[in-house]
Amino acid sequence: MQLNNKSSVRAALAAATCTVLSHPLQAAQSSDGWDVKGGLLYYSEADRVTVIAPAISASKTTEAGDKLTFRAIYDSLTGASPNGATPTNTPQTFTSPSGQSTYTTPAGETPMRDLTDVRIAVGLDWEHELSRLVRNAMSGNFSAERDYLSLSVSDTLSKDYNNRMTTLTAGVGLTLDVVKPEGGAPVGLQLINAPATGELEDDNQKTAVDVLFGVTQILNRSTLTQLNYSHTTSSGYLTEPYKILSVIDPLTGETVPDPSPTAPANTYLYRYEKRPDTRNSDSLYWKLQHQLTEDVIYFSYRYFQDDWGIRSHTMDLKYRYELAGGRYLQPHYRQYQQTAADFYRHSLVDNMPLPEFASADLRLGEMTSNTVGLKFGMPLQDGEFSILVEKMTQTGESHPADAIGIQRNYDLYPTLDATIVQIGYRTVF
Amino acid sequence: MTTKSLFLLLMLPLAGCSIEAVKPWDRDLLAQEKMQLVPDPIENTLDEHIYFSKEASFGGQGVGGGGCGCN
Repeated sequence: MQLNNKSSVRAALAAATCTVLSHPLQAAQSSDGWDVKGGLLYYSEADRVTVIAPAISASKTTEAGDKLTFRAIYDSLTGASPNGATPTNTPQTFTSPSGQSTYTTPAGETPMRDLTDVRIAVGLDWEHELSRLVRNAMSGNFSAERDYLSLSVSDTLSKDYNNRMTTLTAGVGLTLDVVKPEGGAPVGLQLINAPATGELEDDNQKTAVDVLFGVTQILNRSTLTQLNYSHTTSSGYLTEPYKILSVIDPLTGETVPDPSPTAPANTYLYRYEKRPDTRNSDSLYWKLQHQLTEDVIYFSYRYFQDDWGIRSHTMDLKYRYELAGGRYLQPHYRQYQQTAADFYRHSLVDNMPLPEFASADLRLGEMTSNTVGLKFGMPLQDGEFSILVEKMTQTGESHPADAIGIQRNYDLYPTLDATIVQIGYRTVF
Repeated sequence: MTTKSLFLLLMLPLAGCSIEAVKPWDRDLLAQEKMQLVPDPIENTLDEHIYFSKEASFGGQGVGGGGCGCN
C-alpha cells in the first residue's frame, strides 16, 4: 500500500481497524471533503445503437461514520435496434409505433427500428452504522426516459461475525416502473396493422421485489470471497411494446403479405410480441479476489435462472497488473451464455394456432456473449484517471433448425459487435 | 441442475480453503481500494447497465437499482 502522506497513513490505520467486508471501504476518503468520481461511457454497436453516458458520483463520510453518496447518469442513445421481424426476399415497410411515419428495410436485411432517446438517472445512498458490528445501507433511484419511468428503493443490512472475518448480508429492494409506449401499449400478439381489439392503456406498470442474502469471508491476509443468493419477483407489464414477430408462410418461409386491399406496397403481416406478466428469477453470485505481491486477481461467477426458461452462466476475470508509479493495466475477460426463453421464436407461422406468449427479441434467444478489454489507470495528485476499452460480441443461432424455406438463406440471429470505452476520473474536493 | 445442487457446488471452493485468522492490524492489503469488492463503482454501474440492457439475466451483486426501457 502506498503511503505518500499523512492522510494516507491515517486512512490506512482507520482501514486496518474497521471492517473491510461488505461495504466499500471509506478509509481512503477524507471525511472533510467530497470524494468525487466521474465517468464517461461511449458504447457503440456496429450498425446499431450508440450510447454516450456521462456519470458522476459524490460521496462524503461524516464524523459519525455515515456515508452519503449522490449519483447521476445521463444516457443519450441514437441508432437502430432490431424490431423482431425476420429478413425476407422483398423490401419490408413498417409503420412507426406512433403511426406517423414509415421505414423500409431492404430485402434480405434484418429489420431495424430507428431509436433516439435520453435517460436521466439519479440516486442517493446512505450508509449508517447501527452498532459496532451492524451497518445499514439505504438506496433510492429514479430514472426517466421519454416513455419509461423507474423508481426503486433498497435496504441492506450487514453484520460482522467471527472477529470481523465474516459478514452476513440481507437486503431487499422494491422497484416500480411505468412504461408509456409511443402510440399506447399494444395488445399482445395482435396484428400490428389491425385495429386494436383489446384495452389500450397509456401507462403500464411493472413492479419488482428483490431479496438478497450474502456472506463475505476473509480467507487470509490477501484473499476475500463473497457468495450471494438473490431472488427477484417481477410482475406487471413485462412485454417490450415495440418488438414484433413476422408471420411467415408455412411452406416458403416468406413473410405473408398484408391481405388488406388498402395495404400499401411492401407491407406484410406482423404481430406484437407478448410475454408473461410475472417472472421469478434466482441468481447465485460468487466472487473471489486475491492479491499477489501487488497484483490483484478478480474472479466472479454467476448462475441465473428464471421461470421463463432462461438459464445463464456468467464468468468474469480481471487481472490488475501493477506498473511503476501506481499505474496499472487491467485485462478483462467476460463470458456469458444463456438459454432461450421458452416463448422465444424467430417468427410465427401463418394459419397455425397462436401460442400463449411469443417474442422474437434477440435478447431472449440462446446466445453467447464475450467481452475482452483492457483498462489503464494512473494516480493523480488527489485521485485517479483511468481508461477502459472493451470489445463485446454476441452470437446466437443464425440458422436455427426450425427455419422454414427462404429463412434458411438469412441470418436469423445477426452477430452484435460493440465497442465500449469508459473514461474514469476521481478526485477529492 | 437445481439451485440447491449448484449452491453446494459453489460452496465447495470455499470449503476447500483454509481460513486464516487475520488480525485487524494485518488488514492493510484488504483495506486497499483495489481490494474492495467493488473497486470502481461507476465502472461497475455502467457495465451492469450495458449487460442488463443486452442480456436476459441481471443482478447478483446487490438489490434494487434503476430500471430502464432499454428497447
